[in-house]
Amino acid sequence: MNPLRLVLAALVVASGPASAREFSEFQSAKSTLHFVSRQMGVAVDGRFTKFSATLAFDPARPAAATARLEVDLASVDAGSPDADDEVVGKPWFNVERFPTASFVSTAIRPLGGDGFELIGKLTIKGKTQEVIAPFTFRQDDGNGVFDGAFVLKRLDFGVGDGVWSDVTTVANEVQIRFHIVASPTASGN
Amino acid sequence: MISSARYSLPAIALHWLMVVLLIGLFTLGLYMHDLPLSPDKLKLYSWHKWAGVTAFILALLRLAWRLGNRPPPLPAAMPRWQKAASHGMHHLFYVLMLAIPLSGWLMSSAKGFQTVYFGVLPLPDLLARDKEVGELLQTVHEYLNLTLAALVVAHVGAALKHHLFDRDDVLSRMLPFRDRA
Ligand code: HEM
Ligand code: HEM
Repeated sequence: MNPLRLVLAALVVASGPASAREFSEFQSAKSTLHFVSRQMGVAVDGRFTKFSATLAFDPARPAAATARLEVDLASVDAGSPDADDEVVGKPWFNVERFPTASFVSTAIRPLGGDGFELIGKLTIKGKTQEVIAPFTFRQDDGNGVFDGAFVLKRLDFGVGDGVWSDVTTVANEVQIRFHIVASPTASGN
Repeated sequence: MISSARYSLPAIALHWLMVVLLIGLFTLGLYMHDLPLSPDKLKLYSWHKWAGVTAFILALLRLAWRLGNRPPPLPAAMPRWQKAASHGMHHLFYVLMLAIPLSGWLMSSAKGFQTVYFGVLPLPDLLARDKEVGELLQTVHEYLNLTLAALVVAHVGAALKHHLFDRDDVLSRMLPFRDRA
């Protein structure tokens, strides 16, 4: 190939609008997945330390974007050692039978500005429900940063059944907060 | 007994109300600690924390009352060292009645479980969540409680000794009803 054409091609790519980039390289160390449960009316923070995302997101073309999330449920930090032991057990996640929870997007819609809406199917403990999670997207240091939250009802997934299905001690609603960082698709640079 | 100086009614009421509350809190604390995690355990922990905060408020009221109302003088016949021991003991009780709930509150903050009084009034978290600090404060809470228990045993022993052996009015002046004497 002619060296001049190569330089030209590189220039075209480099000068393209920043938003025409696609973000797809999941940065596990920079991403977090938190949840807030309510115990006796008191908000208690928890998180999952192991999860992975497969995504392709171009802010200019959200309709074409896709996202998948896999959460290693045994990596839960539920707030105390007692709770960690409890929550992997049968009445809660039953990780022996259902080691992972997954989310698969079905649509992503722009809400205007930085706002978007993620719609998809969440599967926990073999039960699937549709969820809608508003999120914001921004670029930081060349990376794409997605921040969003939604509320799920744990009993819809049979999480915390038996004695724990009494929602006056542990509320049914659990807030999920995700902070996903992805770098641009390698070939797009 | 001629000496009729008694503790004031509020002092007596607060003393006995807190005896019941503190013994209840102590027993509940030991019991709940060993339970396996269950909804009942979460409930008991919350109740313990709410009752503990109540004890703290009562202790503050009691301290305020005590600062404005001196207790009746101890029997003149009592040896000096016993008077000093009695005063020292009572001071320590006040310190513990404030320090124990404070340590419980701080422990809860450090463990990441905020205290929300009766589920409606959130107390500020004075400490950030930190596992090690939480465990340390749990030990502090436990040892302060054991100190309180040891002092109460001595305190009750002293009260009974006064009543049964010295036959003075030290116990009766703290009782809610008047002695026949
Ligand atoms: C005067 C009031 C109080 C008394 C007499 C008391 C007594 C006790 C006792 C005896 C224990 C068991 C210690 C052990 O074996 O670990 C305990 C545990 C505990 N107390 Fe208190 N307490 C009081 C106030 C409070 C307050 C105000 C709070 C929090 C706001 C609190 C929070 C706790 C917690 C969370 C534990 C359990 C520690 C654990 O096992 O993880 N306590 N208390
Ligand atoms: C949780 C247990 C207890 C605590 C924390 C406690 C605390 C105190 C305190 C701080 C005082 C000083 C008076 C004041 O400032 O109000 C006092 C006095 C007194 N307490 Fe207790 N007490 C306890 C249990 C008992 C019990 C079970 C008895 C009965 C045998 C008792 C008998 C007395 C008597 C007779 C006095 C008066 C002493 C005097 O005249 O100087 N206390 N107590």
